[in-house]
Amino acid sequence: MTVVDERPATPAEAPRRRPNRVLALLRNSWRQLTSMRTALVLLFLLAVAAIPGSVLPQRNVSPEKVNEYFVEHPDLAPTLDRIGAFEVFGSVWFSAIYLLLFTSLIGCITPRMRDHVRALRSKPPVAPKRLDRLPQHTVFTGPAGGAAAIAEVLRRRRWRVAVRGDVVSAEKGYLKETGNLLFHTTLVVVLAGVALGHWYGWSGNRLLVAGAENAFCNTRQQYAEAKLGPQVDSADLPPFCLTLDKFDARFLDSGQPEYFNATVTVEEPGRANRTEKFSVNSPLRLDGANVYLLGHGYAPVIRYTDRYGRSQVSNLPFLTTGDMGLTSEGLAAFPDANVDPKTRQRDPNLQVAFTGLYLPTAPDAPPFVRSEYPTERNPALNLVAYRGNLGLDAGIPGSVYELDQRQIRTGKVKQVGDKVLKPGETWKLDDGTTVEFLGTTRYVTLSVRHDPGSGILLVSCGFLLVGLMGSLFGRRRRIFFRVTPAESADPTGQTPTAGSSLVEAGGLPRTDYPGFADEFTQVVAAVSGDGRRDERAGTDRDRSDREGTE
Amino acid sequence: MSALSDQMVTFAILAYLVAMIGHAVEYALGNTRVRVATPSPARERELVGAGAGAPGGTVVAPAEPAPPVAPVAGRSADRARFAGRFAVVATVVAAVLHLVALVTRGIAADRMPWGNMYEFVLTVTFIGVAAWLVVLAKRPSLRKLGLFLTLVMVLLVATAELVLYVPVVPLVPALNSYWFVIHVSTIVFSSGIFLLGAVPAVAFLMRRGFEAGKRSFPYTLAKRLPAAAALERLTFVLHAFSFPVFTFAVIAGAIWAEAAWGRPWGWDPKETWAFISWVVYAGYLHARATPSVKRNVATWIAVVGFLTMLMNLFGVNIFFTGLHSYGGLS
Ligand code: HEM
Repeated sequence: MTVVDERPATPAEAPRRRPNRVLALLRNSWRQLTSMRTALVLLFLLAVAAIPGSVLPQRNVSPEKVNEYFVEHPDLAPTLDRIGAFEVFGSVWFSAIYLLLFTSLIGCITPRMRDHVRALRSKPPVAPKRLDRLPQHTVFTGPAGGAAAIAEVLRRRRWRVAVRGDVVSAEKGYLKETGNLLFHTTLVVVLAGVALGHWYGWSGNRLLVAGAENAFCNTRQQYAEAKLGPQVDSADLPPFCLTLDKFDARFLDSGQPEYFNATVTVEEPGRANRTEKFSVNSPLRLDGANVYLLGHGYAPVIRYTDRYGRSQVSNLPFLTTGDMGLTSEGLAAFPDANVDPKTRQRDPNLQVAFTGLYLPTAPDAPPFVRSEYPTERNPALNLVAYRGNLGLDAGIPGSVYELDQRQIRTGKVKQVGDKVLKPGETWKLDDGTTVEFLGTTRYVTLSVRHDPGSGILLVSCGFLLVGLMGSLFGRRRRIFFRVTPAESADPTGQTPTAGSSLVEAGGLPRTDYPGFADEFTQVVAAVSGDGRRDERAGTDRDRSDREGTE
Repeated sequence: MSALSDQMVTFAILAYLVAMIGHAVEYALGNTRVRVATPSPARERELVGAGAGAPGGTVVAPAEPAPPVAPVAGRSADRARFAGRFAVVATVVAAVLHLVALVTRGIAADRMPWGNMYEFVLTVTFIGVAAWLVVLAKRPSLRKLGLFLTLVMVLLVATAELVLYVPVVPLVPALNSYWFVIHVSTIVFSSGIFLLGAVPAVAFLMRRGFEAGKRSFPYTLAKRLPAAAALERLTFVLHAFSFPVFTFAVIAGAIWAEAAWGRPWGWDPKETWAFISWVVYAGYLHARATPSVKRNVATWIAVVGFLTMLMNLFGVNIFFTGLHSYGGLS
């Protein structure tokens, strides 16, 4: 039933009623959105929507896997990509679900917050007429002092108390609602922290080879990949430089790593250079950025001497292939080789490159394709030489770690031999030029990040836990006492001891609370005073709690 | 040490098996007691009525009352009780063996015994059984639930032993942090409680169907189970207890991930599934707090929550690779 349906039927009234109906519709939708049921459905949807994020490769987690997926499923992948299946957690539909959920959440907690503040300010409610209808009920002979004394005992036990004549109302357990509101509010704060980190945070990854000549300074261009939040400008990156001085790793006999440690020199403007160590679980915390050690590997030092006797050195990192023994592969390209020093003419067909497989611990016999151990026990470099046009001048961005396969396919680059070299060995190519394997330097994989929301996240997570515990373990309950002075009529037909009063007590747990009967008994015992406790106080047990089959 | 640990696991499985048989005998004798020990005619009629209602499934037969304790004092009743007590003793023995297996494994590896899936499952199941013994000490009336619990134990511990077993190895550097101990111990602890919580949850769903008059296959198994309300309460208490621990564990994981990988949360498959479990369990707590949602719907959500935990434990380790696959650094 919509507004439009209704209009023809009541044309005269339409002008007056329509706004109300729109309002009513809005109000109803809002009420619907902020209902517990909707919250439930949205929670469930959120859980379901997260599943593809774990099943399909995600671009921000492993972009290479996404590319592989495209190759393996050429039909399906573009469609999936269009609906954001490779970026689930940033997709429109995932965002829609959590934004709706948080809207619902805010709409849910705001009125409850108001009510709760009101409840905290007001006195415990008036006692019901018939206390014997409450789940807990007892009658005992009262202490001297009547209602005021009872109230005092309760206050000491940290109940909130209101005395109205001869009736005492007491309530406890506001912590539950306080905790619940705190918990739900911190959920919003957590989301805000995440958003802040997204907008104002940045991160970058790169490899850093040991040695002063390979030092890296924190600018955008120096990162292999960098992600800057929408509110971050390249100029905002804090200026600092790092030099990798030393890298230590220890491995077990199985090849499993035991520990990694990087030693770096840090240069920050306005400060003296200093040496810092950091490792996998303890990042380097700088001003405005943290540096994380993610991985490590070897960068072979390869010297090529061309036809004119000029040498060039390549010291590029070789990427690990993922095995325990740190077998790594990479490229040493010499596009400026074989330039005639007299004419300075460059012959693009005489460029040289070597693809290599580096084995820190090569097996004793061929094939030399897989390293047996991650440290350099028997290092060997398996090189394949190529000559021709490497395609680096064509303006097509290529990887520095891989030879352009197109150039090989089109025959512009030709393979001219292969050889396994030990450190210090030289290999003479067919054209008389030489290549030498001089050894290796270590490199580390670094992630440099800044997340301004992380402090907020940490603090709000603390509050979240506190609130959650309050919410789950807090128990709202009420106890009422009605004091009947001895001389007046006895409502329950019992005869009080002369001179004392008769007290009727009733207890009401407002939330699921199996231990309430015990607590009620205790409170009544405390109120009725030492040794004067009425036995009946303990008999009225909470029945629902004591079920069982035996 | 490591060999001793392996032996202990085998003995623990056997002891769980014995406990399971004990519970099963108690169950079976309980059944014969009703049929053979000639209960009062009134009671017999009631049972027939219940049986007649079964095929349609719509007739609401009178709820099977909890088995009376005192009236039938036949020999099979005594035997049943004996079998039940014996099963509890066997469970205690199994739990002790289980603990010894864990401790010796930890000594052999020179670290906490939760560095890989095998150890993880062993520890989670131990927490589950230890928590079960605590529950049992507090509420002996829930003893018959032990049949389900020991069944779960046998299945999981045997799976660990037969499928997941790996020799003792030290940790990769990423795991070598005190956050590792905090994060994993709380994950293990809460998983153990969730595991235990799933048992009364499933039992409740069956028992509730039984009490509602369903007499088809899975529901008939619930004949001897504790009353539905008691099972539901236990389910809730366990989940309410476990949820904050799990929440803390996830937060601790995020803190650790920040230090180790540079981001508190990266939607790695393990993290994604922890998120899913968390949301589903939050959904359970919501559902249970919402009066308009039926208790069996809420309990189903808890069961789904446990399935997501299982998915995270087994599925993610087997099907997906992520940072949590502990394969070392790349
Ligand atoms: C971001 C999504 C949400 C999450 C993760 C979440 C989580 C939780 C959790 C874990 C509890 C259990 C604590 C307890 O039982 O006291 C809870 C309770 C509660 N939530 Fe939420 N919640 C969310 C959104 C909402 C929304 C949108 C509403 C309002 C419609 C809401 C209303 C409540 C209420 C009223 C309780 C108290 C239940 C009780 O009486 O115990 N929550 N929530």
